[in-house]
Amino acid sequence: MKLSGWGRYPVLDCRVHTPRSPEAVRGHVGDGPLIPRGNGRSYGDSALNTGCTLSTARLNHMLSFDAEAAVLACESGVLLADILNVFVPRGFFPPVTPGTKHVSVGGMIAADVHGKNHHVAGSFGRHVLWMDIMVGSGEVMRCSADKNAELFHHTIGGMGLTGVILRAAFKLVPVESAFILSETLAAGTLDEVMEIFEDSALWTYSVAWIDCSVAGPALGRSIFYRGEHCRLGELTGPKRASPNRIVKRKTRNIPVELPGWVLNRSTMKALNALYYWWGRLRPRVEIVDYDSFFYPLDALGEWFRLYGRGGFLQYQCVLPKNQSREGLTRILAAVARSGQASPLSVLKLFGPQEGVLSFPMEGYTLALDFPARPRVFDLLDRLDGIVADHGGHIYLAKDSRMAAAAFKKTQPNVEQFADFREAQSAAEHFASHQSERLEL
Amino acid sequence: MTEMPSTEGAVLVLGAGSDIATALAREFAEIGHPIQLAVREPASYETLKSDFEVRYQVPVSLHRFDALEIHDHDAFMAALPSTPHVVVCAVGLLGEPGDQGGDSTKMELIMRTNYVAPALAMEAAAKALAGIDGPTALIGMSSVAGDRGRATNYVYGSAKAGLTAFLSGLRQKLSGTQVLVMTVKPGFVRTRMTEGMALPGILVQTPENLARQVMAALKSGRLILYPFPWRYIMAIIKSLPEALFMRVRF
Repeated sequence: MKLSGWGRYPVLDCRVHTPRSPEAVRGHVGDGPLIPRGNGRSYGDSALNTGCTLSTARLNHMLSFDAEAAVLACESGVLLADILNVFVPRGFFPPVTPGTKHVSVGGMIAADVHGKNHHVAGSFGRHVLWMDIMVGSGEVMRCSADKNAELFHHTIGGMGLTGVILRAAFKLVPVESAFILSETLAAGTLDEVMEIFEDSALWTYSVAWIDCSVAGPALGRSIFYRGEHCRLGELTGPKRASPNRIVKRKTRNIPVELPGWVLNRSTMKALNALYYWWGRLRPRVEIVDYDSFFYPLDALGEWFRLYGRGGFLQYQCVLPKNQSREGLTRILAAVARSGQASPLSVLKLFGPQEGVLSFPMEGYTLALDFPARPRVFDLLDRLDGIVADHGGHIYLAKDSRMAAAAFKKTQPNVEQFADFREAQSAAEHFASHQSERLEL
Repeated sequence: MTEMPSTEGAVLVLGAGSDIATALAREFAEIGHPIQLAVREPASYETLKSDFEVRYQVPVSLHRFDALEIHDHDAFMAALPSTPHVVVCAVGLLGEPGDQGGDSTKMELIMRTNYVAPALAMEAAAKALAGIDGPTALIGMSSVAGDRGRATNYVYGSAKAGLTAFLSGLRQKLSGTQVLVMTVKPGFVRTRMTEGMALPGILVQTPENLARQVMAALKSGRLILYPFPWRYIMAIIKSLPEALFMRVRF
């Protein structure tokens, strides 16, 4: 069937299997290379294999929950949205959440996702206590930081290339309510927003929307958001009466693809400016439900359609902290000059990070969207060069076009990862369209 | 609105391994019913049991049940940890298109699995429910295939026709009691049963969607549930004169 990532580029004809049990997974492992796929929310070709794409959609059982220790064990196909629905009313929250809740547990581990709290909580992998992984031989290996540690560390951020994650256990965090105390600040320049990030180190959540369409003195102007889980005492009225009640939101679907010309240089500039000024005028402090704070885009179903039929590309890089100002300035200037920038660009300061292929590193990360047009590919190749110059990383979960050479220049652990795959004879059993493109 | 069965009472799901049955069990668990899952091989359903326990925090039990062992149905009902207030019967077997007019052993199995076994199981369940004080419900999964025999699945369809008639009679017999008998006639549902089949996308439902419709029907006291737009499709198909029907293929 025709299959793609969330960016709808590339679209490939893939043979898809949806096993209903670990035994059924074993029937496919060893039968030629395959790639596991969670909910298909990586943007590019990370979860595509034309020969065998193994969907974990039916491996979606929760196995146990220890409320005392706040540890949830579940199968890898369980969605973050389900975890939120079940555990927010009981006063627990995921330790790390990406910008959509429609991701699977297996996908969160494989991409080692980060959230708005990376500077204090690290990436999702840090909170994983153990995993059961079906390796190339069909054997199921229980692994953790103490047991089969190599497999454990290579699987976190390993893009599904070490085996099929069957089950995992991780810690949730107790919260007093389903609400977030959110503060909005406007920053007129890149220096200003970086200063606000530094000053917000003690806030649990921080992120900035950044205007990528302006160069010159206003380069890097941003709307900065920071937030904390609301304490009971901060709530009033009906929110106080039922603090853990989930506010149900209506999801609106984008019914059709917009024609490609709708998002052009002028409209993108106008949308960016609109968002910036709307952000400046917003109330500074408000109490919002967690859905609105963490998953604003989830309210818009199938939003990839905004970019037209050709789909879109996401580009996310991170630069070491001491290189961030210079590197970001170069990237933002190049993007603004190209006139290709979308209105959905995000800036965030990461904290320290461990891992083999994990994307984050201490420094600033920038995520950008582009409609999939020929000129964008050239621009992104240039951005790869800037990221390499400054010693940064490029996020595989968003990538659909990077050249193998660029990947090797931006990820020093490529060799180590490839050696591990060789030693485990994982290379012959697990591969994605992306891993082949990147010669991983 | 009719009075719903008490959430104190358990929901027994016969043939709980089917996707529709699981989806329906989730709906009942979500509102707090204890759940009894009856399947042929309970050992394969431990993860489903734990999933229900974690998600819905309700008591869940697994029971070995083979609907074809028709003489054990009463004993099975008597051995349950508590008499259920709702019984869902999703026992069924579609078979392959080639089974129509083929191997008589296979045809007999399809007939028994879709008519004899579920009908007698519903009868046994009805007897057990009669002892409950308060509203109870029997929910039987029939099919639109039972509304008119078609070349591609008439063995299955004829058995479902029998089941539909059986449920209709049971409903009439139990009118005036507190046992509600509901007949569900799904059209195309994306399940294990239909996996790999080319289905007309616009008419295909998910098991979750069908389960929500069953719950809504139960609340409003509807007795025969055709998911939209199958009532109208079947009305047209049933009204075709036989001479014409014979000649069309769909």
